[in-house]
Parts: sequence; C-alpha cells; structure tokens
Amino acid sequence: MTMGELDLKEIGVRGVNAALHELPDGTNERQWVINNPMGQHAIACGLDAPLNVTVNGHAGFYCAGMNQRAEITIQGHAGVGVAENMMSGTVRVTGNASQSAGATAHGGLLVIDGDASSRCGISMKGIDIVVGGSVGHMSAFMAQSGHLVVCGDAGDALGDSIYEAMLFVRGEVASLGADCIEKEMRPEHLAKLSELLAAAGMDTDPADFKRYGSARQLYNFHIDNVDAY
Amino acid sequence: MCGIVGLYLKNPALQPTLGAMFEPMLVEMTDRGPDSAGFAVYRNPVGADETKFTLASDDPAADWPDLDSDMSGGLGGTVRMDVHSDHAVVITDAAPDAAVAWLMEYRPGVRIVGSGRSIEIFKQTGLPKDVARQFNLAGAAGSHAIGHTRMATESAVTTAGSHPFATGLDVCLVHNGSLSNHNRLRRKLERDGIRFQTENDTEVAAGFMTWKLRQGATLEEALEAGFQELDGFFTFCVGTADGFAVTRDPIACKHAVMAETDDWVAMATEYRAIAHLPGADTADIWEPEPHRIYTWGRVQ
Repeated sequence: MTMGELDLKEIGVRGVNAALHELPDGTNERQWVINNPMGQHAIACGLDAPLNVTVNGHAGFYCAGMNQRAEITIQGHAGVGVAENMMSGTVRVTGNASQSAGATAHGGLLVIDGDASSRCGISMKGIDIVVGGSVGHMSAFMAQSGHLVVCGDAGDALGDSIYEAMLFVRGEVASLGADCIEKEMRPEHLAKLSELLAAAGMDTDPADFKRYGSARQLYNFHIDNVDAY
Repeated sequence: MCGIVGLYLKNPALQPTLGAMFEPMLVEMTDRGPDSAGFAVYRNPVGADETKFTLASDDPAADWPDLDSDMSGGLGGTVRMDVHSDHAVVITDAAPDAAVAWLMEYRPGVRIVGSGRSIEIFKQTGLPKDVARQFNLAGAAGSHAIGHTRMATESAVTTAGSHPFATGLDVCLVHNGSLSNHNRLRRKLERDGIRFQTENDTEVAAGFMTWKLRQGATLEEALEAGFQELDGFFTFCVGTADGFAVTRDPIACKHAVMAETDDWVAMATEYRAIAHLPGADTADIWEPEPHRIYTWGRVQ
C-alpha cells in the first residue's frame, strides 16, 4: 500500500479535500499525509471513506468535521470545532484542542491527548470523546448521548442541561451545571469506561474516575417553577 | 469578527526582524478584519526626561510642516520628529502635559494616538497589507508588537475608530469582541475627565483602563476591574513598555490562541496567523483560559 502526500501550501484546502473526496469507494490508496497545514480551516472535512489521514502539523478551525469512517490524526494543535458533527470513524489530536471539540457529533471516537478548551462535547449526540488532559468550562453542555471521558480536570458548569450523555472525570470538577449530578459507577459503566480508555490508548485506571449525568429534573415542566416563566 | 495578534521576542537577537515576523501575522488576519488595521511597535526607547508621541492627521500637508520647530519655539527644549505618511512620531523633552496642551492649541486637527517612551502606534482604514506597507511595518525593528484587523460592527470605519487604542504611557489595547454598556460607561468616565474621540466601544475599554491606571492601579488590577465593569465579549491584548498581556471575558466565546517557543511568545485570534513563525511547528500551543490574565515580559 502506498502513502499519498498532499501539500496544502501547493493545492490549498479545497484541493486537499477534493483529492480525498474523489477517491473511489474501495480504493487501495488509503494512507494519506497532509503536509503544511499552516493552521488553515476545514482541513480533511466531510470525508466518507475508510481512509487513514495524518495532518502533519497544527490545524485551524473545524478540522475533520463531519467525518465518516476515516481515521484522522492531527499531529499538533487543533483549532475550534475539531471533529464537529462527526458521524463515525476516529479523530486523534496529539496536542491540545481549542473550544467546541466534537460539537454536535453523532458518532465515532475523538481522542485529544492534551487539553480541550471550553465547550468540549457541546450538544454531543452519540460521539465518544476521550481527553487525556483537562476540559474547559461548559463542557458537555446540552449533551444528548455518547460518552465524555476526562483524564484530568473539568472546568465550571460541566454537563449543564445535560440529557443522556455519560460523563467520566478523573480529576476535579470545578462545578456542575444545571441538572448534572454525580452518579453511581456500576459495573457496566466501569466496563464501558475501560473500553473507551483502551480504544483511546490511555493508560489510566478506570477505578480513579467518577461518573456524572443527568438528574432528569429539567425534562418536564414542574409547577413549582411557574414563577420563572 | 476582528483579528488580533501579538508578538513578544524573548530572544533579543531577533529584534531586527520584529516587523518582518509580525507583518504576515497581521496580514493573515485580513479575512477577519478588512476594514482597517493598526499596530503598536515598541522600539527605540527615548531618554528618561523625554516623551515620545505618535500623532495622526487627516491633513498632513498642513499639520506636519514646521511642527517640530513650532513646538520647540513654543515650549522650549528640543523636539525631534519622524514623519510616517499621515502619522508622525514626535519626541520632546518638554513636560508631557504642556506638549499635549500645545498640540491642542496649535495643531487642533492632530490626534494623539499614543505616548510613552518606546510605543509607536500606526493605524488606518484599508486592507491590512496596505496599512502595513504605508507605515513600513516589515522594516520595523523592536522588542514586541501588537496589532488589530477590524471588521466594524458598532461604530464607523475611520482612522480614529481603528485599533490599537492608547490607554496610558506606553500602554495600548486591541480588542476582539463587543461591549454592550459602553455608552453608559463613557458618560461616567467623561465626568471623571477621560476624553474620547469616537463612538467606539473599545475606546471606552481603553478609557476605563486609562482611568484605573491613573488612579494608581497596576495593569493586572485594571484588567481585573474590567471584568467587573465591562459588560460584553472580549479578548484583549494589551501592549506595555516591556511586554504584553492577554485576557478573555468569563464566557470566552471570542477566539484566542497562544504559542510559545524559547525565542518568542505569540497570541492571535487564529493559529494560522502564527503558523509562519520560525519554530511554530514545535511551539507549545494552547487556548488561553477565560477570566485569567496572561502576561509576558516585565509587565507592571
């Protein structure tokens, strides 16, 4: 199998993405490296093939957005909204990620080796996110389903207005958002957490984590809150 | 929108190339701010008994000729002057207040855009690349620089409404975001003697900082007070005589990224403004946290 190289400086973001989109289904040209990303936006967006893509350097906003099936590694820092609206596949960031990592994503696995900034996993809808470091404030805001695993600390208002996503945090939580509570870690949760840590290649003991999720008090209108409207 | 950039050279050997390193940072942020651009360069510090003013004029053909000799004649002492298009850098050993009063009386069309010992501020409407060329940014040597590309949202596209805004001696501010209580705050500050040239929200933030610094606050205290008084969204980059500071409001929805190597520290609204710097590939890169003040250099 050969390794294809794309020079973003030469052909631009559209050229890079078009080259990857044009690959026929079932292609043998599955290994790709994108050189000179130079922090440009929307690199390797909208892929829909079982490709293995390495972004060789720091990426700008929305890198690997809408990904389906591809395995994308960003060698460095990822800007705002990495893997936003991912459907399936895997995205790994070897450095830190800016805010809104994995926003609204429906599936797949996002691994951030370093820290993720604020709003990590905002409105996540089924994605699994594993962060080796810490996450910023308002992470998992309105998270609907999927899992967020944080090996470090979580900032303020974790899981604010959360639906049914499951959150695991190893370190300190600065504060929990509205309707987010600590929950019992049952064997099935530990099993899922172990599976996610293994998939992400994180050598961390699942027993060190606490689980957080929805208290389900915001789901229905409560007559005692009528004065608030 | 708007883009902000800052570069502080930790390695003094790079100082001759400050402008060459910094100009592409500013120009890369053109998409975020094509209306106007500006930058502050810290270079050539003047003597302890001197003050350096950066002046701007809408009518340089009338304002610049003989300004130095007229000022020297009026105030005594020596006055040195370097003209940079419609901006001029004037160095005087007269008392700063007397120099300001003289300018207001004898060159009423001239705006003072910056003052201190090393700061020089240049700003103008137009594309960032044109503004950079007009003031020869690429050729600038110095220790650090901050800059701004503007996409105006709440006040007119004018030179006076462009960033950076001076907030005191050798201190200036660039801003990405918008403030919602600036009219009320402007009226309050005007009652306390702060003068404003525009309807711009960022000028009010700068005025607020000027007001706090005049009261004896440190830069960090002034910024901390800003968290209480400024209602709105902001990522600020503040240039000072010896470095720069970066801070974001507690919600932190206005982008910012920082990068550091052994040779330099840079901040920008987007990483692509930093990507071309030597060593950026292996720099430490992170997003600054909300409601936290980051400083480099010997900031007060």
